[in-house]
Amino acid sequence: MASHQPDRGQRGLPGGKPKYSAFAIAKKAMNYHQDWQRAWRDAAPKDEYDVVIIGGGGHGLATAYYLAAVHGMANIAVIEKGWLGGGNTGRNTTIIRSNYLWDESAAIYEHALKLWEGMTQDLNYNVMFSQRGVLTIAHSEHELREMSRRVHAIRLNGIDSEILGPAEIKKFVPTINIDQSIRYPVMGGFLQKRGGTARHDAVAWGYARAADDLGVDIIQNCEVTALRRERSKITGIETTRGFIKTPRVGCVVAGHSSVIAAMADIRLPLASRPLQALVSEPIKPILDTVIMSNAVHMYISQSDKGEMVLGAGVDKYNSYAQRGSFPVPEHMLAAAVELFPVLSRLRMLRHWGGIVDTCPDASPIISKTDVEGLYFNCGWGTGGFKATPGSGHVFADLIANDRPNKIAAPYDLNRFRTGLLIDEHGAAGVAH
Amino acid sequence: MLIINCPHCGPREESEFACGGEAHIARPLAENSISDAEFADYLFLRDNPKGLFLERWRHSAGCRRWFNIARDTVSHEIIEVYPMGALPRKKDALATHAASWRRDTAAEKAAERAAQKAQKPAQKPAQKPARQKAAAKKAPGKRGGK
Repeated sequence: MASHQPDRGQRGLPGGKPKYSAFAIAKKAMNYHQDWQRAWRDAAPKDEYDVVIIGGGGHGLATAYYLAAVHGMANIAVIEKGWLGGGNTGRNTTIIRSNYLWDESAAIYEHALKLWEGMTQDLNYNVMFSQRGVLTIAHSEHELREMSRRVHAIRLNGIDSEILGPAEIKKFVPTINIDQSIRYPVMGGFLQKRGGTARHDAVAWGYARAADDLGVDIIQNCEVTALRRERSKITGIETTRGFIKTPRVGCVVAGHSSVIAAMADIRLPLASRPLQALVSEPIKPILDTVIMSNAVHMYISQSDKGEMVLGAGVDKYNSYAQRGSFPVPEHMLAAAVELFPVLSRLRMLRHWGGIVDTCPDASPIISKTDVEGLYFNCGWGTGGFKATPGSGHVFADLIANDRPNKIAAPYDLNRFRTGLLIDEHGAAGVAH
Repeated sequence: MLIINCPHCGPREESEFACGGEAHIARPLAENSISDAEFADYLFLRDNPKGLFLERWRHSAGCRRWFNIARDTVSHEIIEVYPMGALPRKKDALATHAASWRRDTAAEKAAERAAQKAQKPAQKPAQKPARQKAAAKKAPGKRGGK
C-alpha cells in the first residue's frame, strides 16, 4: 500500500479535515446534522499548477490523491467538464475482480484489488466495498474447458479462483436456473470470492475529499478547449475558465480521450462506444453475489437498496451520445430472465449509457506520449471501475517520476507498434 | 434504434446490420515497404471523431452487402449512405474524408499510385474499336454494383 497511511490515533485527516466516525455521527445528531463540513472545496482555477489532471472521475481523482499522498506533491488541480463523478464513474455496474488471464493484467488488477481492500480505512470514507464474490458462468463444454485453463493461470499468479459445477452454483446462488433444457444452460462457472462490488459515487467522493484535504484543487464545470505546447513540450491548457499554466498534464477522460489527444496531434487506437446498464425497482434480497456471463452478454448483482443492477456488452457502433440502442438491453434482459426466471415480472426503473474507450486488445493504455509532460491513462473500455485505485496509483507514479513503474510499463502506447499486446478479450470481451 | 436505408433493400432497423468501423482504409500493398509504425497505424489506429464519421456497414441479416455511411457520432444522424469504393457526395462528408490524417499515409499513397498504374494501360487499348466493346460490356456491371 501507499507510503501514506492515516494515523488511526489522530483526530483529523492528514490535511486537517475532521474525521468521519460513528462518534462524529452521534455528536452531530445533537445538532440535527446541521454543521457537517463540506467534503471538498469548490475551487476556482489558479494561474499555475505543478500537475493538472483532466477528468474528475474515479481514476482522475485517485491519481490526484496518490500524487499528493504518496509523492508529496501539493500544487495539483483536477479539472472536470461536468460534475464530479458524473461520467462513467457514476454509470458503471460497480463490479470488482482481478481474475484476468495474463500476468500483466493480473499485476495491475490485483494491485487495484489490494488497494480496494484497504480503501475505506485509507480514505476515511465508507466506499461500501463488499467482497461478495464474482461468479462467471460457462454455457458450453468448450467454454468450461477454456475457463478451467484460465482458472489455473490465474491461480499461478496467486489470485484466488475456483471452478464450480452446476450443483455447487445452485447451492451458492439459489435463485439461478440450472435446468439443462434452456437455450444456454449453466454448465459450470468460476468464482473469485475476493471480488465484489463497491459504491461507485462514494469512491469519487472519498477520493475527492481525501485529495482536497491534501490541498488538491477540484475544479468542476471547466472544460479543456486546447493544449498549449512549445517545441513538443506541454506549457499549459486552455479551458472554458481561462488559461492554466502547467508543465505536466495527466489525461484521464475515458470516452473523450481521442478528443483530447487530437488537441495535441496524437492518435490513439481507441473506439468510443456506449456501454449500457439499468436497474430495476428495489426488491428484498435475492442475490448476494455478482453473476456474469460472457456468452449471453449479461451481468447482474443486487445493490444494498435492493435494486437489481444489470449490464450488457458495448453497442456495436461508435458514439459520444451517452445513450445506447434498445436491442442491446433487450438481449441482455432476455438472458437475465432465462437465468433468473424470478425476475420476469420485475419493472425496470432507470436505464443509461456511458461512453467507454475500447482498445484493440481490451487492455488499457497508461503511457507517456511524444509530447513531453503529457500523459494518458485511457482505453479501460468496459472494465475501468474495478481498476480505479490501481490505475490512479500507477498513473500518479508515472506522472511524478516521468517513467512507468513495473506494473504500468507493459501498458505503454508503443505496444501497438512492437506487437507486445495484452490480449484480454477472453476475460474482458463482454462483461469486463 | 437507427433506421438504416440499405442501398439494396431500403430502410431497415439497425439490428439487421453489422458495423464494420472506419471506412476508406487502404491496405498496404506488397510493393510498398512501410515501417512497423506505419503498419501499426493501418492495423490498430482508427479515427474516433466526435461528430461526422465515415464508416462501413453490412446488411448482415439481409442482402449481406457492404456499403458506406456518413453518420454523426453525437446525434446519430445518418447524413448519407453511399456505395463501397465511392466517395460521399455531401459536402461535409467529403470534407471529413479529405481532412483525415489517413490520406497522407504511405499505404494510401501507394494504393493511389497503384490505381493510376492500373488505369493507364486500360486507357490506351480502349481507343481500339474491338477493346472498346469489351470495356462497354464491363461498364454496366460496374454501375450495377453501385
